[in-house]
Amino acid sequence: MASAAVRVTSWHRLVVYLSTASHWTGQAGILHRLEQHLALTGVSVAIAAAVALPLGLALGHIGRGGTLAINITNIGRAVPTFAVLTLLTLSPVGIGNRSTVIALVLFALPPLVTNSYIGLREVDPEVRDAARGMGMSGWQLFRRVELPLGMPLVMAGIRIATVQVWATATIAALVGAGGLGRLITDGLSSHDEGQLLAGAVVVAVLALIVELVLALVQRRVDPLRRLRAAAATRGVDVIEP
Amino acid sequence: MALPDAADCLVRNSWICGKYLSTRRDIILTDLKQHVILTVVAVAIGFAVSVPLTMFVRRFRRAEGLVLGLTSVLYGVPSVALFAVLVPFTGLSGTTVEIGLVTYTLVIFVRNTLAGLDAVPPDVLDAARGMGMGPIRMFLRVEVPLAMPAILAGFRVATVSTVALVTVGALVGTGGLGQELSDAFSSYFKAEALTASVLCVLLAIVADLLIVTVGWFLTPWRRRRSA
Repeated sequence: MASAAVRVTSWHRLVVYLSTASHWTGQAGILHRLEQHLALTGVSVAIAAAVALPLGLALGHIGRGGTLAINITNIGRAVPTFAVLTLLTLSPVGIGNRSTVIALVLFALPPLVTNSYIGLREVDPEVRDAARGMGMSGWQLFRRVELPLGMPLVMAGIRIATVQVWATATIAALVGAGGLGRLITDGLSSHDEGQLLAGAVVVAVLALIVELVLALVQRRVDPLRRLRAAAATRGVDVIEP
Repeated sequence: MALPDAADCLVRNSWICGKYLSTRRDIILTDLKQHVILTVVAVAIGFAVSVPLTMFVRRFRRAEGLVLGLTSVLYGVPSVALFAVLVPFTGLSGTTVEIGLVTYTLVIFVRNTLAGLDAVPPDVLDAARGMGMGPIRMFLRVEVPLAMPAILAGFRVATVSTVALVTVGALVGTGGLGQELSDAFSSYFKAEALTASVLCVLLAIVADLLIVTVGWFLTPWRRRRSA
């Protein structure tokens, strides 16, 4: 009985919070927090991709450093994001966007390196041999065979990294950074349940949308999928690699 | 006499400080203990919930997409948001943190256990049936042992990520060592931040090694092969 009453008022407060125009505008408004969140995520993923993709793809092309890539992923899992954020904030880097972006980049690196490495390594050795036999150079092999075939896994890495960064950017609110997590921490500290729930719902729903959109992109970049679809319309069987 | 001692690492706010460790020993140990309890309880409940879920999927294969999809969606909700959404229902409490932590372990356990059970070769099952084993005995004596490496892999991933995730519980006031991180941030206390961070990572490593050791005892046949 009591718990049902709690539930009704909680969701009511959420709806009221979200339907109040002033909560969307201003420095602490939802739109500004969203803008900060998108900027933090975008910049961090871009930096991480610029560092990790060339590294992972190069390692995958020459076929070395596999255990290194996997070990980095395992270590990354054991290190709490909150710990890294706190350490950076207390270090000379200091409180603010710089610390947040560094932490976000660090946590985006492992899935990007690992997936781009595995993406290239998973290419069928016979396909690679055939390309070599056709007289392709190392660069041509990479550009025209390995990269297109490895693309779905590379894209999966970008998806995992982006979703991770999105979630981590929320934790950054615990060390005073901007972004949507602030709606939650501000809501908690001012005992504003509407704001707390609004923050949680907006963060969660957008996280799922980001994941869904990137999963669709991941499917789009699979060259074999297009080949299969084309073959299906022509009524030809594709021989699986 | 009361002048601050320049050699005192607490006064200098050093990253590494023996005096901090000795004077705050009890608080550190209390938080460490809470961290361990939160992790163990979450992993245990998570596994306990995942078993009927996995069995359900094994029995009704059409539910596989639904169960895996649903647990993946929950896994995709950022931890801060999940804890926050629970606050109106379970308050600023350990229960809120545990529910969140359990939720994140589900997809890991279901996926791994399912993969392990599915990978048992049909020939082996035929042989077991031929030996006159009933379905329950076959499950316990053949399928579960053969799926054990995959189940243990699930335990490793779930445990290590839970140890890290517990710290976010500081948001709602129960975060084990995360509590120390939160304190360290608001009081700008470097030794506290570094100590808590190092303990978190050590705890994850120790937990991982512990599971590997348990696995070594649970799968004697693998031992012989690798020796």
